[in-house]
Amino acid sequence: MDSATSEPTAGQHLAPSVARSVKVLVVGAFGVGKTTLIDSVSEIEPLRTEEQITTASVGIDPNHPEKQTTTVALDFGRLTVSEEIALYMFGTPGQRRFWDLWAGLADGAVGALVMVDTRSIEASFEVLDQLELRTKMPFAVVINQFPDSPQYPVERIRAALDLLPTTPIVRCDARNRTSSAQALIQLVEHALTFPAFQKAPA
Amino acid sequence: MSQGDEYRDHPVRSYVLTSGRAHPTRNTLRPETLLVAVDGRPAPTTATRQQRDLVRLCRGTLALAEVAAYLALPVSLVAVLVSDLVDSGHLTIRSNHQAHVLPGRDILEKVLDGLRNI
Repeated sequence: MDSATSEPTAGQHLAPSVARSVKVLVVGAFGVGKTTLIDSVSEIEPLRTEEQITTASVGIDPNHPEKQTTTVALDFGRLTVSEEIALYMFGTPGQRRFWDLWAGLADGAVGALVMVDTRSIEASFEVLDQLELRTKMPFAVVINQFPDSPQYPVERIRAALDLLPTTPIVRCDARNRTSSAQALIQLVEHALTFPAFQKAPA
Repeated sequence: MSQGDEYRDHPVRSYVLTSGRAHPTRNTLRPETLLVAVDGRPAPTTATRQQRDLVRLCRGTLALAEVAAYLALPVSLVAVLVSDLVDSGHLTIRSNHQAHVLPGRDILEKVLDGLRNI
C-alpha cells in the first residue's frame, strides 16, 4: 500500500450545510460493473479504501487469526442529494467470505443494488443468498446491459434468480448517469415500502 | 475489472499507528460518518503524522471512508485514530445520527428528490 497521502482537491469537501449521510451498497460478482455505476453517479472521482478482514476460510487457526487476514478493496462514491444530505455508494464484492466486511457496511444502509450480468447469471446466486439470509435490507436487482448481453424477459430473470414479485428488477447501462440514478431511485422507492423506514425522522 | 484488482492477500499492516489497538473508543463510527475538524485547533504537538494529516484533511467535511482513502489506510484503522481525535476535542462528528438507526422516511424522500434531479 502506498503510504503517500493524497489531498482532496477543491470541491471535494462536502458543503458545510451537509450534516447527514445515507448509504447504499452496490454488490455483485467481480467485474459486473459496480464501480462503473458508482462512477457514473458520483460527484467525486470514486475513491478506494482497503479493508482488512479475517476470512472464514477452512483451516483457520483461532489463535492466530491475523495470519488469515485478507485485504478487500472498497470502491465508493458520493452524491450530495440535498443541502443537508450526502448519499454514499459503497461497492463491495458480495460473496460469503467477505461477510465480515459486509456486516459493518450493511449496518444502517438504506439497501443494496445487486448487479447482475446476464451472461453469467449464476455468479449472482451467492450474493443474493447472502443478502436474503443475513440481512433484512431492501434490495433491487440491476441488470447491467453489456453489448453482448442476452436479452431475457424480466420475468425469466425473476424466475432464474428466485426473486420475490415485489423485488424491483432494473435494466441499466451503468456507464450512463441517468440510467444508474434510475436504479438508485427504484431501490429507495422500494425501501420506502419497508416498515423499518416508516417510522418518524431519526 | 480483474479479480486480482479487488481481492488480494498481502502482509498484515502494522497496527503500530494505533498502538496496537484494533477497535476505536466509540462504536458509532461508520464508513459514511461525517467528520470535521474543530475550528482553530491544530493537531496536538504529540500527534503522529497520520493524525496531523487527518486533522488537516478534515478542515472541510468528509466521511470517514473518504479520509481513509486519502490517507491510504484501512477504514477500521482510521476509525481508531478518528475516535482518539474526537476524544481529544480536535475532530467532531458532523453527522450526529446514532449508529444502528436507519434513516427516516423524510430523509429518503429527500434522497429521492435529489436523485430525480439528475
